[in-house]
Amino acid sequence: MSQAAAIEAKNLDLTFETGDGSIQALQDVTLEIGKGEFVSFIGPSGCGKTTFLRVVAGLETPTGGEVRVNGTSPDEARRDRAYGYVFQEAGLYPWRTIAGNVRLPLEIMGYSKSEMADRVNRVLELVELSGFENKHPWQLSGGMQQRASIARALAFDADILLMDEPFGALDEIVRDHLNEQLLGLWDHTGKTIGFVTHSIPEAVYLSTRIVVMSPRPGRITDIIDNPLPRKRPLDIRDTPEFLEVAQRIRKGLRAGQSYGD
Amino acid sequence: MNRVLPILVVLAAILALWYVAVVPMNAGWTIAQAERAGHELTFVDIVADTMNQDRPRLPAPHQVAAELKKTVLDTKVTSKRSLVFHGWITLQSTLWGFALGTTVGIGMAVSIVYSRTANMSLMPWAIISQTIPIVAIAPMIIVVLATLGVEGRTVPKAIISAYLCFFPVLVSMVKGLRSPGAMQIDLMKTYSANAGQTFWKLRLPASVPYLFTSLKVGIAAALVGTIVGELPTGAIQGLGARILIGDQFGNPLMIWSALIAAACLAGALVTIVTVLQSLALQRMGYAR
Ligand SMILES: Nc1ncnc2c1ncn2[C@@H]1O[C@H](COP(=O)(O)OP(=O)(O)OP(=O)(O)O)[C@@H](O)[C@H]1O
Ligand SMILES: [Mg+2]
Repeated sequence: MSQAAAIEAKNLDLTFETGDGSIQALQDVTLEIGKGEFVSFIGPSGCGKTTFLRVVAGLETPTGGEVRVNGTSPDEARRDRAYGYVFQEAGLYPWRTIAGNVRLPLEIMGYSKSEMADRVNRVLELVELSGFENKHPWQLSGGMQQRASIARALAFDADILLMDEPFGALDEIVRDHLNEQLLGLWDHTGKTIGFVTHSIPEAVYLSTRIVVMSPRPGRITDIIDNPLPRKRPLDIRDTPEFLEVAQRIRKGLRAGQSYGD
Repeated sequence: MNRVLPILVVLAAILALWYVAVVPMNAGWTIAQAERAGHELTFVDIVADTMNQDRPRLPAPHQVAAELKKTVLDTKVTSKRSLVFHGWITLQSTLWGFALGTTVGIGMAVSIVYSRTANMSLMPWAIISQTIPIVAIAPMIIVVLATLGVEGRTVPKAIISAYLCFFPVLVSMVKGLRSPGAMQIDLMKTYSANAGQTFWKLRLPASVPYLFTSLKVGIAAALVGTIVGELPTGAIQGLGARILIGDQFGNPLMIWSALIAAACLAGALVTIVTVLQSLALQRMGYAR
């Protein structure tokens, strides 16, 4: 395994034992994500996308194979604050203001007061939420709440961002806007991003690579390099190159399905 | 005004029912008296008499009001005949019991949430404790504490009061401390938060709305517990003792005025907790 990779998975297996039998959520998953890459995971429900991110985050323990994050185990990587995790729901604490929510990881990690204030200001500016510091979550729209949760994951400057369908619950217009913002953020911070989505255009628009997965057992069926340039205006989605990548993903998804059934 | 009006309507209805009930309850005595004296009574005479007997089975509202005026306003508050004096005694025990019960309830909830052993051992006993009638337990607590050398009624009363009060707090706090979902707990894990941080920054604040809901039940339960603690023979102070003495000496006015005073006290206490609740939740940003 090379030292430069941010995330390496080798022959990863994960079987959940449940009351009515065992579920193979991941089977023989091998993947290497380089530093600074933007990798999307796409596939039908139940193919193990969330499970894979959770294994990388050390929230789930694989039953076979190996994961390294920044060359260390997921647990060590977590203690080193290697990653920020964005869940599908914003999950902001209702009793904290927006600034208070973003400050939460910093408080836990023991930053100084002035450092906390600086960082909160900086990341709220990054997600365009300056001026909403003292609002409570319920005073914000769903899209703004999700941006706040991204700011919370960015606050402690992890180089890896793991995002599990962060925009799944948002309407298309808001989603487009957040996609643009996320791409800009990735471009000028150079972070490594692992991004789960159900949307083919979203995957093509955002990623440098797209991992196509299929269920029962959860496995990788295709890995697609995205030839699109790093700078991507929204209307790049109408170009032939874009549509070609989308086409390949669609084919990969279909193939996975017919194999499974 | 919108909130006061329904309360006033219900109050008026209760008073009307009360007046109606007074007639049949007390008419027997009126008629018996008249027969003995050989008087003929009209219906109006009977009604008028049932409203103003000295020792009615059911005193009329205005009689209770007069008794309340006498024992609350016209008596020095330091006097043993003042309801304010007795109410104060009851209030003190209630607050001690409430503080003790709330503390015990929260403490047990925390240990139940954090320890499987506590969950399996404490919870069943907590539930069993509430199935035992408090009137059966109250005298035992008083006797046991007396043999242990605890003087007076304050401590046993507070304990009986806490015995009733801790349970709703316990149940709500267990629910509240467990209310954060899997995602919230996982989020704390991704920060490598320790158990203490997860408690103070997630579980405890998440439980506050649950806590206040239970405090409203808890303070009322604490008052009931105190009054029950004042009932066993021997007590001479407190609203419960007034009820008991009124019963023993056949003085229903005393019973009813003590009951009304207890109801007012309960109402006031619950209102205070409600106000604190809305202030606290507003400050925490829960309110919309
Ligand atoms: N804690 C768990 N216990 C038992 N089974 C689980 C658990 N977590 C996930 N699974 C199962 O593992 C499989 C993969 O789940 P996972 O959540 O990773 O899918 P996903 O690709 O994220 O799906 P979706 O797109 O619906 O979010 C599913 O069959 C799911 O039921
Ligand atoms: Mg998922």
